[in-house]
Amino acid sequence: MLRIPIPAILLASALGAQEVPQAFLGARVLPITGPPIENGTVVIHEGKIVAVGAASEIEIPGDAERHPSEGKVVMPGFVDTHSHAGNVEGGDRSAAMHPDVRALDSINVRDARIQKAQAGGITTSNIMSGSGHLLSGQTLYIKHRDAKAIDEFFLYRDDGSLAFGVKMANGTNSRRDPPFPGTRAKSAAIVREQFLKAIEYREQVAGADGDPSELPPRDLGLETLADVLEGKRVVHFHTHRHDDIVTILRLAQEFDFKVVLQHVSDGWLVADRIATSPHVLGASLILIDSPGGKIEAKDNRFETAAVLDQAGVVTGFHTDDSITDSRLFNRMAALAVRAGMSRERALYGLTMAGAIMLEMEDRVGSLEPGKDADLVVFSGDPLSVYSQVLETWVDGVKVFDRSDPKDRLYAEGGFGASSEQSDTIHGIARGEYQ
Amino acid sequence: MTIANQIAGMLALVAAAGAAFGQVAVRGDTVYTMAGDPLQDAVVVIQDGKISRVGAASDVDIPDGFRILRAKIVTPGLIDARCTIGTSGYLNQPHDQDQAESSEPMQPELRAIDAYNPRETLVSWARGYGVTTLHTGHAPRGLISGQTAIVKTHGETVDEAVVKPLAMIAATFGEGARESESKAPGTRAKMAALLRAEFIKAQEYATKREGTDEDKKPDRDLRLEALGRVLAGEVPLLVTAQRAQDILTVLRIHEEFDIPVVLDGAAEAYELLDRIRDSQVPVIVHPTMMRSRGETENLSFETASLLYEAGILTAIQGGYESYVPKSRLVLFEAGVAAAHGLGFENALRSITIDAARILGIDDRVGSIEIGKDGDLALYDEDPFEYTSHCIGVVIDGEVVSEEIR
Repeated sequence: MLRIPIPAILLASALGAQEVPQAFLGARVLPITGPPIENGTVVIHEGKIVAVGAASEIEIPGDAERHPSEGKVVMPGFVDTHSHAGNVEGGDRSAAMHPDVRALDSINVRDARIQKAQAGGITTSNIMSGSGHLLSGQTLYIKHRDAKAIDEFFLYRDDGSLAFGVKMANGTNSRRDPPFPGTRAKSAAIVREQFLKAIEYREQVAGADGDPSELPPRDLGLETLADVLEGKRVVHFHTHRHDDIVTILRLAQEFDFKVVLQHVSDGWLVADRIATSPHVLGASLILIDSPGGKIEAKDNRFETAAVLDQAGVVTGFHTDDSITDSRLFNRMAALAVRAGMSRERALYGLTMAGAIMLEMEDRVGSLEPGKDADLVVFSGDPLSVYSQVLETWVDGVKVFDRSDPKDRLYAEGGFGASSEQSDTIHGIARGEYQ
Repeated sequence: MTIANQIAGMLALVAAAGAAFGQVAVRGDTVYTMAGDPLQDAVVVIQDGKISRVGAASDVDIPDGFRILRAKIVTPGLIDARCTIGTSGYLNQPHDQDQAESSEPMQPELRAIDAYNPRETLVSWARGYGVTTLHTGHAPRGLISGQTAIVKTHGETVDEAVVKPLAMIAATFGEGARESESKAPGTRAKMAALLRAEFIKAQEYATKREGTDEDKKPDRDLRLEALGRVLAGEVPLLVTAQRAQDILTVLRIHEEFDIPVVLDGAAEAYELLDRIRDSQVPVIVHPTMMRSRGETENLSFETASLLYEAGILTAIQGGYESYVPKSRLVLFEAGVAAAHGLGFENALRSITIDAARILGIDDRVGSIEIGKDGDLALYDEDPFEYTSHCIGVVIDGEVVSEEIR
């Protein structure tokens, strides 16, 4: 499995910032996997959450830095299952499927949208290439740490492998002139053909039983598809129309892969089918302010969140940054509440649901001892338009602080707010090189 | 849906038998008239489509036979001060996109009323959230893309919907006006040069047409006549300009030709607050949640707030989008501005009375006052909260929406 070690010097500096325990006191605490706690306490240390509970129940370590948080809300950092921040690119126009192409080789960590996501309380993202291919490439799951190089974003699984998924799409976006498919049926046929090749490849590898002379020539793309077939990689499938959604369920059944349905505009029409598929980890929605903009999204509606949730589907949200603004990710959940989703489920959708869809639910998505210290501090109700993100913490490090003018510029906008960090003139103006 | 039932209960409708058209009374826990302080427990009576009485519920007798609606919050019908709803359709397919014609860079003769589709889904979509008036038409694409019109969000034909068939003439400085390859204008300086030349041509045309010698009168020219309306001060030039340098170009043109100008977009307006205020040019600021990239990379959630603070007449717009979402809702855009420095009252002004003043229709809409059109929006909570609902919409005294949105 792919393993890219974190440079030792990085680990040292990150730990330095996390050595002192941090205690958030007096806030309304939303653990997500438990009921809200009034006058709650959250203690983090060495990048992990160490205690969450009522003030009366939690002992504050003597050396802890105290953060009086009365009137504020502390909750887990948001998980965005679908973002294009970092100007990510996938495959080119030479083929309709690019399972060998990695998002990590294209992401610009200095893109201001990474900082803007921090300003919106997003701490974990699935950065993906676009939907103009049947399979545009491998995605990258990232933590929104302050990073100067891509490897500082990486997330690893317990087995040491890098965490990422695979981006696929059906419907109209991936239809164009050859070598792309011209119809929906052709789209499915190309995908089936490639997965069948991957099955053969996997069988050849297994049959070789480690004998180099028997191994097929190494194929990076088929390797990735074989990982998908073995359930090691989740497919993030861009889809809108009801029949395209059902096509994905059919493919997932045939090839037994794990899938997250992304966008799912017509999900409300086939909610029961989605709910009963054993292959679907969840549905991630984008709620847009008016239907349409493209034919497939003509029936996109705020109600979809409540309908899918009530059908039993793990239902979350994504920014599709820059289709919607990462700084207002909480708004997506609030619009779902507007159309009938419960507040609890909507907040779950911003956090735990995304964690489940990235298979990161043991690490992020809720405030529980042992989980990563990824927090958002809100000035008030996270579903109110009037509330602001005051602070964002990733792995126990504060990465956004609204009281810092440099961070506030990202949060509100203004001159230089969208210039990438490597733009020296704006960087100096922001005080980034002091 | 449970939530819908709950809210439907709050919207008590007394459909009196034989209620005449345009005879409606709306009782609100809080009524934001935009003409003085908000009224608590007040009633707005609409007779023959016009507001006939506004006052405390205890003081106002509702005539027999009037339909009565109730809501927690009542505002004037909202105004989207700049959009392309109805000329650009929600499917975003060639057959429903009439917001820009690209054969020539300057086409002020293109009328919005010849393109507006009152049955477009986005019209009823906006209406469902309380938007009753649209300033719509040609998009910020091309140096002069065409005319705009003001319509109400009801009516089955454009004639029934229209308030002002020619509201403004839409021009653009910056990326939206840049033509590709060797077509003019390819640069900012060329944009200004072409526009100035055309206005000078229109000045000369007007002088010649006014002459008494029939033989020397030029043939009618729809394009120059349209610009003549601007030169005569009858119709404002609506100029989209995002960058500070483009905003200054607009102010220069405004001064040179002494024409009425409305600034549109104005992402970097916060850099030029004194200059804009001194010019007395009003601003219809970009949607608060507009994407910050390209020439809008420096936009700020706080621009509307800074414009108000500087004393500049300001409205917020739903704007024009070429992709998803095809149309933004001005209610949502004002809400985010409210939360980023603008505050509730100014945010509401920016999509009601101040929008009406910029559009020159404040004698008819934008506030709840006797004699004005019976246009109202009803909400179950603070209209700017993400989780609130619009529960009723009245246009010209007709209840046009009772959906929970």
